[in-house]
Amino acid sequence: MVQFTLPKNSKITEGDTFKAAPGTKNVKRFRVYRWSPDDTANPRIDTYEVDLDKCGPMVLDALIKIKNETDQTLTFRRSCREGICGSCAMNIDGQNTLACTKGIDEVKGDVKIYPLPHMPVIKDLVPDLTNFYAQHAFIEPWLQTKSPTPEKEWRQSHEDREKLDGLYECILCACCSTSCPSYWWNGDRYLGPAALLQAYRWLIDSRDEATGERLDDLEDPFRLYRCHTIMNCAKTCPKGLNPAKAIAEIKKMMVERQA
Amino acid sequence: MSASKKDMRTPLGRVLAHGSAKSGTGDHIRQRITALAMVPLGLFFVGLIVALTGADYETARAWLGNPLVAIAALLLVVAAIMHMRIGMQIVIEDYVTGERLRSLALIGNFFFSYAVGLACVYAVAKIGFGA
Repeated sequence: MVQFTLPKNSKITEGDTFKAAPGTKNVKRFRVYRWSPDDTANPRIDTYEVDLDKCGPMVLDALIKIKNETDQTLTFRRSCREGICGSCAMNIDGQNTLACTKGIDEVKGDVKIYPLPHMPVIKDLVPDLTNFYAQHAFIEPWLQTKSPTPEKEWRQSHEDREKLDGLYECILCACCSTSCPSYWWNGDRYLGPAALLQAYRWLIDSRDEATGERLDDLEDPFRLYRCHTIMNCAKTCPKGLNPAKAIAEIKKMMVERQA
Repeated sequence: MSASKKDMRTPLGRVLAHGSAKSGTGDHIRQRITALAMVPLGLFFVGLIVALTGADYETARAWLGNPLVAIAALLLVVAAIMHMRIGMQIVIEDYVTGERLRSLALIGNFFFSYAVGLACVYAVAKIGFGA
């Protein structure tokens, strides 16, 4: 059966507390998941007190400040700092989001930070996204055509181009897929909201000529039909996209080609 | 989800696995059509139960002797059982892991659904025909 409780060696323990300097007035506590592959210890929650008067406004600012000034062993991914690379996706205050676009003032009380749920952890806040990326590669996210390549370019009307809005903006942060219970239970066979949103981005592209083959590859009780419109994906997407709607559109295309 | 150390397939190879089953859309359509059908049929059934409240067996038999009522009752049974079978299959596929246990649960679901469905059809026919 599906495992609803954590295995013994994954149970989280209370870790260290790093106090702010005496006299600090504007203190916020960050409770951060820690786990290292280099020892046999269970995961723990470390608590860092951060002086908000000397810290940027976003959760990522606080994490960088902690790493720079308090604990250099804290491990997390980050790159662009402006919500376009998707590297700093993590679970903050119970919701998957980007640390760089999540304001510290949006969180009441302690800021609880965990890695993206239900993925193997490499270290601390860094999940193993190998399977997630392979699923993205599987949907072949590039233009596929059979007609002779035109001399200049594959043309597309303004109306058809507009159909890609709300799809092409996906940054592959994995917030949606890792928030989806269906993906938690069957992530090895269910492609997940992110890959399916990307699949739809190419299915609906008027220039693409592999729609039939793409639909053939998706027509599967697990690859596509594990989506039960739970809608966690749409709720959590830090870019405001709606993968559940894209999946529903794929299902509609499946039905349309039957009738 | 993580690959075991013995599994040396590439990540893409694991996703490709056995390929597409080329199915799922049929059940998807059937589940929605049966749900749609159960809206009027369910209302009919509630109406029938209310109408028969306190009535004796002969009155119930007379109602189900009416071909229109009997056919509506049979349609409800078929739609509900088909919907139940697909729904239960999805729950099993979602939560039961392990090839053997999953297969056993799916076979059990198949047998149970058909047995209950046929028993219901038999009961409606028996009362309707007054046997």
